This record gives sequence, C-alpha cells and structure tokens, in this order.
Amino acid sequence: MTPAAPITPAMLTTADGRPLKAALAAAQARSKRRALFLVLPLLLFVVISFVIPIGQMLQRSFYHDGFSKSAPALQAWFAENPLGTEPDEAAYAALVADLALMQETRAAGDAGTRINYTLPGARSLYTSAARGAKKLEPPFKEALLAEDAKWADPRLWVAMRSAASPWTADFYMIAADLQLAADGGVERAPETQRVYVALYIKTIFLAALITGICLLLAFPIAHLLATLPMAKANLLLILVLLPFWTSLLVRTTSWIVLLQDQGVINSFLVYLGAIGDDGRLRMIYNQTGTIIVMVHILLPFMVLPLYSVMRVIPPSYARAARSLGATSWTTFRRIYLPQTLPGIGAGALLVFILAVGYYITPALVGGADGMLYSNMISFHMNKANWSMAAALATLLLLGVLVLYWLYDRLVGIDNLKLG
Amino acid sequence: MAAAAEGDAYVAFDHVQKSYDGVSLVVKDLNLSIAKGEFLTMLGPSGSGKTTCLMMLAGFETATHGEIRLDGRNINLVPPHKRGIGMVFQNYALFPHMTVGENLSFPLEVRGMGKDERETRIKRALDMVQMGAFASRRPAQLSGGQQQRIALARALVFDPALVLMDEPLGALDKQLREHMQFEIKHLHERLGITVVYVTHDQGEALTMSDRVAVFNDGRIQQLAPPADLYERPENSFVAQFIGENNKLPGTVEELSQGKALVRLATGELIDATPVNVTEKGQKTLVSIRPERVEFKPEMMPAGAHTIGAEVLEVIYMGDILRARLRVAGSDDFVIKMRNTLGQTKLDRGQKINVGWHPQDARALDPS
Repeated sequence: MTPAAPITPAMLTTADGRPLKAALAAAQARSKRRALFLVLPLLLFVVISFVIPIGQMLQRSFYHDGFSKSAPALQAWFAENPLGTEPDEAAYAALVADLALMQETRAAGDAGTRINYTLPGARSLYTSAARGAKKLEPPFKEALLAEDAKWADPRLWVAMRSAASPWTADFYMIAADLQLAADGGVERAPETQRVYVALYIKTIFLAALITGICLLLAFPIAHLLATLPMAKANLLLILVLLPFWTSLLVRTTSWIVLLQDQGVINSFLVYLGAIGDDGRLRMIYNQTGTIIVMVHILLPFMVLPLYSVMRVIPPSYARAARSLGATSWTTFRRIYLPQTLPGIGAGALLVFILAVGYYITPALVGGADGMLYSNMISFHMNKANWSMAAALATLLLLGVLVLYWLYDRLVGIDNLKLG
Repeated sequence: MAAAAEGDAYVAFDHVQKSYDGVSLVVKDLNLSIAKGEFLTMLGPSGSGKTTCLMMLAGFETATHGEIRLDGRNINLVPPHKRGIGMVFQNYALFPHMTVGENLSFPLEVRGMGKDERETRIKRALDMVQMGAFASRRPAQLSGGQQQRIALARALVFDPALVLMDEPLGALDKQLREHMQFEIKHLHERLGITVVYVTHDQGEALTMSDRVAVFNDGRIQQLAPPADLYERPENSFVAQFIGENNKLPGTVEELSQGKALVRLATGELIDATPVNVTEKGQKTLVSIRPERVEFKPEMMPAGAHTIGAEVLEVIYMGDILRARLRVAGSDDFVIKMRNTLGQTKLDRGQKINVGWHPQDARALDPS
C-alpha cells in the first residue's frame, strides 16, 4: 500500500562481471538486427520515393541557378561592390560579357525567367539583348541603354544582385507578398499583387471551418455507431466507409450534379416554389461548394478515430456518473467528452491536415473564390516555376508543423488515437 | 434480521417483470422487501436476472411491469441521478481522466456543495477506506484492491442511505477478495446503510449477508438468512447452487410425522426429511451435505438406515480430507472428514457403510 521506495541502482553486473547494460545490449542486438532487416525494404522505399524527391523539391525553394550559372562576371562585380553602388562602366561590361555567354550557352531564356520572377516583365530584356551582345562596343553602358533604357532601372540591378547567387530567399519573399525595393531593401508588393498571404490565411481558416463542421457532424454518428449492437454498427460503418470505395472524382462530380444552378437541389426548390426560377442558389463553383464537398469527403476521417475511441469507453462510466447524481448533460460534459478527446484530437488533426493541402475538390468545385493554397502551388507547377511552388509548399508544411507542435503542447501527442 | 413486513420496507419490488425483447421475461414476477439497514445479497448464476434487478433499482433499466418503491415512494419514473443511490460497479468505473480526489469530489460538486465541505467529506471518505494518502493519484496508478476501495469511498462520499454493489470484488484475487468482504461488512455495520449486493459467488453471499435471495430463471428461488439457505434449502436448485451437495434420486416409500423413507433406484432404503414431497410414490431427489455424512458406526444415530459404499479415491486438501465414494450406483458421492490426529484413514477400494441424521437428508423436488 505504501509507494515503493525509489531504488538507486548501483552499477549492476552479470555473474561473470560484465556490466548489465552491455550484456543486455548484446543479448538484444540480434533481435534488433532482425527487426531492422524486416523494415529495410520499406525504409529504402520511403527514402527513395519520398525523402529524396521531396527534399530536392523543397531545396528548389531556396536554390535557383538559372541566372547565377551564366553570370560569372556580374557575380564578381557584385562581390566587389556592396549594395547601393551605382552600376558603373565595369558593371555594364560584366553584364555584356555575361549576356554574350548566355547567347553562347543558349541560357538567356533561363536567366531572364529567373529575373522575371522578382521583376515581372524583365525576361524579354535578356533574350533580346543577348542576341546582339557580341556586337556591342564599349562604352557598354551607353550601348545597352541605347538598346533599352530599362537596363538603368535600379530594381533590375537589385534583382540581378539577388539572382547572382543560387541561394535565395526571393521566393519566400514573394510568398510573403513582399518585393525588392529599388534601394535593395524589402517592401510590400502593390496591393493588386498581394495574393499569397490572404490565400494562406483563407486556407487555414477554411480548413479549420471544415474540421469544425466535420466534428459536429461526426460526433453523433460515431456515438451512435459505438453504442449500437455490433451487427447494426457494422452495417452503418459500411455506409460510413462507402465513400472511401468510390472514386474521389465520381463523388465530387455527383456533388456538381446536385448543387449546380440547374441541379437537383435547385430544381427541387424551384418546383416547391421556395425560390424563383431566376433566384437559383449559387452553391457550387464558389467557397460554399468547396466547403460542402470537402466536408463530405473528409467526414470518414473524423468518424473513424472518434468511433474507435468511443467504442472502448465502457458505458459504466456514464452510469457511474448518473448514479453519483449528475444530470445527463453534466455526465456528457464532464465524463464522456473528456474521454473522447484523443479521438477528437486525432480526427481534427487528420481532417485539418488533409483539408489544408486538398487540391482536386477545390479545383473542380471551388470556382474563383473557393481556391485553396494547393491550387496556387499547382498553378506555379503548371508554369514550371518549381521554386515558387516549392516555397509555397514549404510554407504550408511549416504551418502544419506549427499546428502539430501547438497540438502537442496543448493536448499531448501521446493522447492521439488514430484507430 | 427478520424479513421486513410489506409496510415498513425500505426498498420494495412489487410484482416486477422485465423483458428486453418483448418475447421472453428476464425477471418474472419479483416480490422483494428490503428493510432499512439490511445487507441483502442477490445470488445466482449469470443470466438469472439478478443484475437486471439491480439495474432497475439503480434506474438504468425500466421495469416492464410492476412497481419499485424506495422509502415508500414509487421510483419507476425517477431518473437515476435523482434517486440518491450509491453504486459500486464491477470494473469500479473510476473516471480515468480524474484523480482520486476529483473522482470523490464529483458527486459533491454536482450537488453544489462548497469547497470546504467537499474537502472534509473527501478526506473522511478516504480515511474510512484507509486511502487517505492517495487523493492526488490517478486510478490507473492504483492496484485493483486500491481502486476497489476508492470506488467504495466514492459511492459512500455523498452519504447515500442505499448502496448497490454489482459484483464489486469479482476482479480481485482470492485473498484480497476475502479481506475486502470483511471490510465491506464492517463498513455496512458501522454506517448503518442498506446494501444490495449482487454476486455469483456463494461464499461471498454467505459471509456478508443478512439475507440472501437466490435467483434462477428470473425468479427468487429462496430468500433466507445464510445459515437457513445452506442447511435448509427449499428446492434442489438452491441445494445444488449453495455449497457442495450429494444427490440421491429415488421414490418416496413412506411418509409420516416429518419423516420420509426413500427407496433409491438401486433398491436401498434411506431416511430423509420431506421438504417438497407430499405423498407416497412421488419421485424425489435426496440432498445430503458431504460434511454431514457419517461412516463410523459409533456416530450413526440409532435405527438409522445405512447404505453400502466403496471408496474410489481420497484427496488430501490440507484442512480436510475428501473421499469420493460409489453409493447406490453413482460415482460422485463425496464425504468430507476433518484432518484431525485420530481421524480414521480410508483407503481406495475399502468397503464402508455410510449413514446420516434424517434431518440432514432433505427430500426435494426431483429436477
């Protein structure tokens, strides 16, 4: 009955004098090797198909050598002259030399594209100037400016200085709705171009909203499943799982059939006379559509962890609480709900993480204002702007990791129960 | 304690029936009165309806028919949290997300009790079960026996007059179980509470109770103090369920002045006390406790019929010796002998005569 006194272990040894820890490690080494051998195929698969490609992808978010690899002369000039130095004749000479090199290696397009990311509209400068670079005579400054006065733009030189190093934070800067100022500092992007931060916040908000709706809908379902007799519960569980066995595209498309302007729901409401033919509700190709369809698709991910937690809560806890004098509401709030927290945590984390990175559904039913962050990532990928896509993906990953950390601090990750 | 008269019963089941599926009855016409301060045990095999009765009393099941009264008030429609009945569950049902102290505080909080009073009561309840030092532990950090005590303290902390216990000692090992039986018994005596205790362990029922209700097939088979139950079972179910029991089937040959002469299937005649046989020629089952069988001629009552037996095996059990005999064609007739210095030793294959006082052999229904 009294708590055991803490034992302070002296250095224990085996009968033949070896330290006990070493003997234990030796005895377990064999089974550890065997265990490693068993997981080796999966480990290799994960490393080759997951860690390496994703690592490379993420690396692109801060590494881009499109300009730096064909601008050695400019690199040298930037290294000698600190930020704020007015580009002199030597700078222009370096620029012309690099343009000539670009022409030779056919890299003017790549280099121009890299500058174009931070200074939109700059790409054509490089492609056209590179073509005639070899024929240019000193003084190069006048010669280039004669070709195009934009070469004197201090923003261009700031952009080139930044791009002259393959390691760059430019893409994160853009993702934060910032841009390079003429003096080499950082300033906010013009209001019409600020899209990323707002989209990030909106994505987090929508994912949280979807998680909340899923929780509200899933909690009673899971409770019903957990309290029904096994045979009936299994039947209902199949209904919950049924969407899993149907193609995501089919499910999303059937929502389009239901929700669109000429769709089932609108036509039915018009038939009932609840709305006029010209007042059909807009339920799809906007934010509403994204929320409705994503809640439906992610609901099972909330139901299953909740169900697995609720199923093992013995009904005697609720009975005990009732017999001790608690009303059914108090019993739910103080006894049942706290015990379902691991399931709520797991389900919410799962749904939130899935929702934050969801792509197909918002792409199909989101319209313009139902777009999520992943649609922006996809947009940049389609335009082969890997670095920008990678930067956005990294920011999304960081956001999720921060939430995960918060969750661990507040609830404790060992309280998570996924099934 | 004498059976409570219908009028002053503290708890009363009045023609209570319960069906779960509308096809069969789990509890068939239950009538039971429990006096204030009584320790009543519902004993029976699983599925006999005893737990259902307890759940109806606690309010977790509703009676299909009949009336349950608590202190003279019909409580059929009173929800469980308003009945004020303490309950100890089989698996203790301590709330795992609360400490021991919070577990005990819960029933006081929902009653809106102030903090000071709560703390006094929690301390008193924990001291009562000798667990005063454990208030800040979580249930998972306690052993089974300790959890049991906490469950008991929680059921008593709000001073209920009636406490229900649903096989509370089922999960404990034998030694701890016997120890807790005495503790619960002593708590009951000290606090003067009424206890309704459900168990399938007859030893537990006999040790602790004022009265035992033996359940089978949805009915109370016998309701009596432990000694009556063991020594004077009213039917063959009770005789077989409580304690060890030798059964000899036969036919009533003579019936006079509270004595019966029974002819066994193999032709022998034995003495018995008629319990639920009423006429000659009736089939019967004679029940004799193993420790009441005599085999030494000097101990037999004068004029008693004896019957030949062959020793099949003798098992040494420490405090007693247990011999299995072949009697009247049956191989499972058991006798028990105290392991004393001068005890006669029986050997395998030995032929002996066994007999008994007629009042120890009870002629019951032939089921």
